[in-house]
Amino acid sequence: MKKFGRYGGQFAPEVLMPALEELAGAYEQHKNDAKFVAELRHYSEDFGGRPTPLYHAKRLSEHLNKKVYLKREDLVHGGAHKLNNTIGQALLAKYMGKERIIAETGAGQHGTATAMAGAVLGLETVIYMGVKDMERQKMNVFRMKLLGAEVIPVSSGSQTLKDAINEALRDWVANVGDTYYLVGSIVGPHPYPTIVRDFQTVIGQETREQILGKEGRLPDSIVACAGGGSNAMGIFYPFLNDDVDLFAVEAGGEGLKKTEKVAYHSASLCAGEEGVLHGARTKILQNKYGQILESHSIAPGLDYSGVGPELARLVDTGRVKARNISDEDALDAFHVLSRLEGIVPALESAHAIAYVQKDDVGDLVVINLSGRGDKDVETVAGLK
Amino acid sequence: MMIREKFDELRGKKEGALIAYICAGDPIAEKTVEIVDALVKGGVDMIELGLPFSDPVADGATIQAAIDRALTSGMNPDKFFKLAGSMNVNVPLIVMTYYNLIFRRGIKRFVSDCKSAGISGIIVPDLPVEESEELHQFCRDAGVDLIFIVAPTTTEERMNLILDKASGFLYIVSRLGVTGVREDVADSTEGLLKRIKAPIPKAVGFGISKPEHVREILKAGADGVIVGSAFVNIIAKNEPEMLKSLENLATTLKSVTLNR
Repeated sequence: MKKFGRYGGQFAPEVLMPALEELAGAYEQHKNDAKFVAELRHYSEDFGGRPTPLYHAKRLSEHLNKKVYLKREDLVHGGAHKLNNTIGQALLAKYMGKERIIAETGAGQHGTATAMAGAVLGLETVIYMGVKDMERQKMNVFRMKLLGAEVIPVSSGSQTLKDAINEALRDWVANVGDTYYLVGSIVGPHPYPTIVRDFQTVIGQETREQILGKEGRLPDSIVACAGGGSNAMGIFYPFLNDDVDLFAVEAGGEGLKKTEKVAYHSASLCAGEEGVLHGARTKILQNKYGQILESHSIAPGLDYSGVGPELARLVDTGRVKARNISDEDALDAFHVLSRLEGIVPALESAHAIAYVQKDDVGDLVVINLSGRGDKDVETVAGLK
Repeated sequence: MMIREKFDELRGKKEGALIAYICAGDPIAEKTVEIVDALVKGGVDMIELGLPFSDPVADGATIQAAIDRALTSGMNPDKFFKLAGSMNVNVPLIVMTYYNLIFRRGIKRFVSDCKSAGISGIIVPDLPVEESEELHQFCRDAGVDLIFIVAPTTTEERMNLILDKASGFLYIVSRLGVTGVREDVADSTEGLLKRIKAPIPKAVGFGISKPEHVREILKAGADGVIVGSAFVNIIAKNEPEMLKSLENLATTLKSVTLNR
């Protein structure tokens, strides 16, 4: 399926179209292949640490007066859900005979997870990263280099994720024969939104089994932060046909305001308008002429001007509810979880916690704790 | 002037077409008019005017910098159409832009604005043939050419889809990669040109900057060449003799297209 309703599609340069076809074909061929599935399982479990626990956060539950479970994606190797996707795609790249993988990264989490997958599978790895993000996430830059990846600074445009994507796309256009472009979220031209969602769906599959085991019923709601939206789609997908409220929490930043050039938030689902960005028709932050706005969030992994087309579709149909949380409230939740549960969450995931703190989401809630906050400690310390 | 008329005229004179790309509003809108005049004076046969988009993924560093300068100078689609409409040139004008600007303006309105401004063709580097149905229909109805890109990676199957919809000319990407000046022109160009049997003019772009390139490309069977970054580099320097330098480069490149 190339489209999700009217969203998605393949708005890509002609040079890449055959590569996208090749990828779609290879994915269809391998995704149910027993050898591929077994190998992916091996890496996910023994290398990545899956399954991750579904943790009953007792002190947070008391504090919020509802039963809260945390899906501990922060415990995946690398400290975030990102490895679920990168190990899957890197393995696919290997099955396709590609020797080089490239990726863009915002927070550095996808870059790190790509570098890990590249290292363990013996693939040459090149990561594009905005200069501004490199400054904000020095530790991840160092980690990627330690893991043998080449990190290429991107100094064009806003020097953040969207510019890194532009630069990675350019690399792919020039080296499409031997290079696999490893997209980090459920964005980009078909088949990427589907491939990434499938590899992240393990989060939701485990959650379903675990919550039924612990509670004997499905939760009232599932809450996940959404930048591009991969951790949200990953946990939501197995629950789409259930009576479970699904909340995608975006970065409200400094409020849903914008100028002709800048948005003070990254809430494409809440405040974006239909357009075409990075290969897909989706909801994007743009001005009246269609120029893409620079987005903002305290959480670099949410700082993106677009969102996955499938999530845009699910918000339109009403199946997923889009919400947003300010930088300030996310910071507060960052501290709350750290103190009550001894878990420092990623600033991205703190948005999901903040939303549960703020609104009525039922009595039994699962929050996707998509990553750990070690990478954000310096940012938060700097704010004091 | 229509694009096909121009190719027919040139073929009659046994000339190849020299198509120049510049970004509208680089460095400022007022200068764009003078730049186009200088290029036409130098012998350019068609002008590809970039309508700047914030995220130009198919362009290299040189053209992205031009786009950034143009956006900083305040270029936008409203000003663009006003500017193009005010140009009094006797060569076809073609707009090159990314799909979101077209989508956002409204596809029908964009095409009708092109028509009113005297623009004869549209090139959209991030719109493959599969997604082009709506734009194609409006273009056909308005008599504006929708120009498609083909690359060395384009399969036969896709080539047929493209040839089915293409008008004006085919934009042949000389090699994999983004726009930008390069030292040599790939062999793959010749093979690609030979694969296309349809009677549509073929112009080769991406990386062409020198008379040798132009000669080679025309010899390989192209009907024209598209030169962008080499002109944009001159504009980037923005020196007092810029217009003269642009005219001189145009004259140098054009001279190679004569007497085929």
